[in-house]
Amino acid sequence: MHELSLAQGLLSTIDAQVRARRARGVRRVRLRVGDAAGVEVELLTHWYDVIRAGTVCAGAALEVERVPERWACPACGAEHRPTGPLRCTRCGVPLRLVAGDELVLDRLELEVDDV
Amino acid sequence: MCETCGCGDTAVVDVEVQESLLAENDHLAGHNREHFREAGLLALNLMGSPGSGKTTVLEATRARTDLRLSALSADLATDRDAARLQAAGIAARSITTGSACHLDARMVHEALHHWDAGWDADVLCIENVGNLVCPAIYDLGQDANVIVLSVTEGPDKPLKYPVMFRKADLVLLTKIDLLPYLRGMDVEDIRAALERTMPEVRMIPLSAETGEGVADWVGWLEGRRNAVASRATAAAADRDIMVQPG
Repeated sequence: MHELSLAQGLLSTIDAQVRARRARGVRRVRLRVGDAAGVEVELLTHWYDVIRAGTVCAGAALEVERVPERWACPACGAEHRPTGPLRCTRCGVPLRLVAGDELVLDRLELEVDDV
Repeated sequence: MCETCGCGDTAVVDVEVQESLLAENDHLAGHNREHFREAGLLALNLMGSPGSGKTTVLEATRARTDLRLSALSADLATDRDAARLQAAGIAARSITTGSACHLDARMVHEALHHWDAGWDADVLCIENVGNLVCPAIYDLGQDANVIVLSVTEGPDKPLKYPVMFRKADLVLLTKIDLLPYLRGMDVEDIRAALERTMPEVRMIPLSAETGEGVADWVGWLEGRRNAVASRATAAAADRDIMVQPG
């Protein structure tokens, strides 16, 4: 259910961008969401569709780019796709998540006055 | 150009934003963290399923430490947890979240505003909404995430809810006095599941009922609290030097 809060936050971030750039509307919203971000993309999209009516995003399509989870060893730098314990198979050091937990408003396509 | 009002045609521009959807929360969490550090208060985000024993662990902790504890207790409805904690001698306040399934930094900030008893403590325990999903992604400004997992929940919870366990600094495995009655339930199975979700596994098995393991948890708590207190003292000394040069 936190996807509803996230969708509300997304709309207010977009609203701030629209005001700052004096845009008339939004055509497209692009997000990057990591597979390990703790967010259900289907739910986020659903809530976005529910709450965008009557807002600057009423006509804006939402596109989500998924980012796969990537783990790396902080000691030797080797990347791993762990299927067992989260440790480097060479060094035994605990791995770090280096990608896949992002939850980012990447780009916006805005309608602005053509001058 | 439109001849009626002078407005221009519409063009579409592609704008790079690169802002986290959690940016506002993270900003407020940063403020909370600053306040906790200045106050020398160890702030813990206590998470876990409903009924895992979050409140009971705090009651048992109070009975076995001289640390002064305060607690914020979140529930969708009722202030029963806060009432229990107060009865145990812990300064407690409840946050009733309504339909919200998690705490965020703003709720914590507002609950701590003008609450002297909450700040007049060594450790602030923020008891999150019972939920293994939503609370995981919201930074509250805490020093550490502590997950309360009870043995009755089964050994596969860490694998089912990896995001929450990945962010844990410590897992308290509660209700271990029930292990003899749970066929097929083994502490080592839970440890193995944690190894696949937590890069550095720290788990303390305990029972609030028998008291087993509670001393280990209190030891962890006191160690973390001492680290926070000495950091606050050092920071205060630095400030004094800056105020009174020479």
